[in-house]
Amino acid sequence: MASIKMRAKASGGVTTIKALISHPMETGTRKDKKTGKKIPAHFIQEVVCAHGDKTVLTANWGAAISKNPYLSFRFKGGNAGDMVKLSWTDNKGNSDSAEVAIK
Amino acid sequence: MTSMKRRTFLKGSVATSAIGMAVSAGLLTPRMVLAAWPKAAFEASTVDDALSGLFGSTTLTGSDKIKIKAPDIAENGAVVPVSVTTDLAAESISIIAEKNTSPLAASFILGSGTEGYVSTRIKMGKTASVIAVVKSGGKLYSTGKEVKVTIGGCGG
Repeated sequence: MASIKMRAKASGGVTTIKALISHPMETGTRKDKKTGKKIPAHFIQEVVCAHGDKTVLTANWGAAISKNPYLSFRFKGGNAGDMVKLSWTDNKGNSDSAEVAIK
Repeated sequence: MTSMKRRTFLKGSVATSAIGMAVSAGLLTPRMVLAAWPKAAFEASTVDDALSGLFGSTTLTGSDKIKIKAPDIAENGAVVPVSVTTDLAAESISIIAEKNTSPLAASFILGSGTEGYVSTRIKMGKTASVIAVVKSGGKLYSTGKEVKVTIGGCGG
């Protein structure tokens, strides 16, 4: 399941990561219009990004992150061709990861 | 793709209602998978509770070295772009929407070479301050920015 779109670009010794994850990010407070029942919470809790074997960012998220989350950050180092891996885990235990080469 | 998954999930949840009951009885908690996720902080209903759950402290020092980029008026509360930039040597950056049911939106733990910058999109229930909290050298620094929300994005 390809849920992650990610780009990594190195410039002047700094690598910029931009990622879009496709995920419903249900808060648990929204109601289903047809049944009137609450839609159970379903959101990404943890996103981890690693450059080689070094973790550059760990993001703990709540349900207040928008649907289909967008994330961008920068870290020092990283050369063109290095691999960067992004993975997420949600509150139902689902997870996915993607790996791209830095441009 | 997502809707397909949701279908299968719905079917699955009917078929495995026994497991569902076990979950609601607290026998099986899906959240146990992530031990590190600060559950208390994310479920807190006030900013202070969220801060103490996350950092064990509610003492914030105002700082002009943190910049929040967010719209003055957000037409759609479901998608509010927020960027936080700081010159401080940040260990973590947290984003809080003051008047949300659960104020803590996100907490980013930065690696040693990671710059003080994160950008994401959050949901906001109503007009409130967006607060960025930066942990640096064991102290908490913060700054806030008022965002007006015309249509709330937290359920309905």
